[in-house]
Amino acid sequence: MPDPKSSRYMKSHEWVALEGDEAVIGISDHAQREITDVVFIDLPKAGRKITKGEAILVVESVKAAFDIYAPVSGEILAVNDAVAQNPGLVNSSPHEEGWFFKMKVDDVKEVEALMDHAAYETFLSSEASAH
Amino acid sequence: MVATEALKRTGLHSLHTELGGKMVPFHGWELPVQFSSIINEHRAVRSGAGLFDVSHMGQVFVEGPGALTLLQNINSNDISRLKDGRSLYSHMLNQQGGIIDDVIVSRIEKDRYLVVVNAATRETDVAWIRVQAEGLHVEIDDRSDALGMVALQGPQAAESMKALCPEAVDLVRFGAMKLELFGRSAWITRTGYTGEDGFEVICPNELATRVWQTLSARGASFGLLPCGLGARDTLRLEAGYLLYGSDIDADHTPYEAGYGWVVKLKKERFIGKEALEKQKSEGIKRRLTPVKLLERGVPRPGASVMLDGAELGTLVSATFSPTLEAGIGVGYFDRPDLEAGTRVSVVLHGREVPAEVVNGPFYKRS
Repeated sequence: MPDPKSSRYMKSHEWVALEGDEAVIGISDHAQREITDVVFIDLPKAGRKITKGEAILVVESVKAAFDIYAPVSGEILAVNDAVAQNPGLVNSSPHEEGWFFKMKVDDVKEVEALMDHAAYETFLSSEASAH
Repeated sequence: MVATEALKRTGLHSLHTELGGKMVPFHGWELPVQFSSIINEHRAVRSGAGLFDVSHMGQVFVEGPGALTLLQNINSNDISRLKDGRSLYSHMLNQQGGIIDDVIVSRIEKDRYLVVVNAATRETDVAWIRVQAEGLHVEIDDRSDALGMVALQGPQAAESMKALCPEAVDLVRFGAMKLELFGRSAWITRTGYTGEDGFEVICPNELATRVWQTLSARGASFGLLPCGLGARDTLRLEAGYLLYGSDIDADHTPYEAGYGWVVKLKKERFIGKEALEKQKSEGIKRRLTPVKLLERGVPRPGASVMLDGAELGTLVSATFSPTLEAGIGVGYFDRPDLEAGTRVSVVLHGREVPAEVVNGPFYKRS
């Protein structure tokens, strides 16, 4: 299971757990708390080619809808059917059972360029103080 | 974002922070939108009990020999029907029949009434009431700043209430009582905004935390949860209650909102009566219509509702209903004749999702 400490992060709160040239994508614990109860998720189809920064799926909570962006370019290998069936997994287990999809990464350097856990924590506290 | 220092805090603010409440700005107040989970809080109220901080609501006392005359004039409902210790729901109207606010009026005793008003409209309400009170022997005392308010809601609400005030358990629905709580004046009504049994406790700000903790300690054994604004909104929308500023405002009448029962045209006079008599005889041209999604999706306020390829109107309130496990919403459509079962669609993310018109409310307790 992905370890939040070794995952990479986007400013839009997606996490990326890299293993070889494959990556698993989900949203952070901070994000699930902001989003509140997730009730629907529209997952993409396996085999779809995606480009870094592209909106890939929509997470619907009781309060609002949130776009999830491709953290890096590549191809979707598999999606998490369990989270589509039970979207509350995003809230109860954001870094493990609540993952969205697994992808083949075109260039692992794109993953390494994202924030590491410490940088993400710093980013979160700077965001909190800006409000 | 609004600077947090400009927001007003309720007497329960530090308790909310301790309980992990996620605080948000709401009509000038800083209030919890949720503690644990909107859905869990919602379900706790439907199956057990929940506690809400509703201290942002305003409390206006109307007292004196002219109180009834004033309240009859500014309310669509018939205040003269109230006996001591009874409350009713009413709309305050402008001359055009538009809704200035929706309120709960309680008769404490003869010539002494309590009007609970919305936070966002409190100041304009009080100004309006004062203007209408001119020439009458009546005192208007807005005590909103000094008073807090806690709502205890759910099928187990009465069980929790025994810990704070056993006498309140004997209140009938819409009953009201004045009492001494921890040595200070307080008021309890058997009212709420969730569609469940429940109570609203009005007390000095300094006592709100003690009231909350007393009710909460008793409720812990049957799953009472602290609840935020998020669950308050999903609960009230399921139950068919109106949200002022979204569902109703000065441009909409009680008839259009489907709340004709709060209008008592038999009353000799009240502000807005002539306009409503005219609207009643001519028939309404639009109606607040409940819509339920038939496929998955969560509608949001502002979503377009379509009938046969043409836009019917937009939703003014909409959310995911935890009880129905479906998207629900209400909107004003220029087709007051639409019957339950009429197939429509709601536009979500550019896609038309099948939906149907239903008879409100979405939820009725058994």
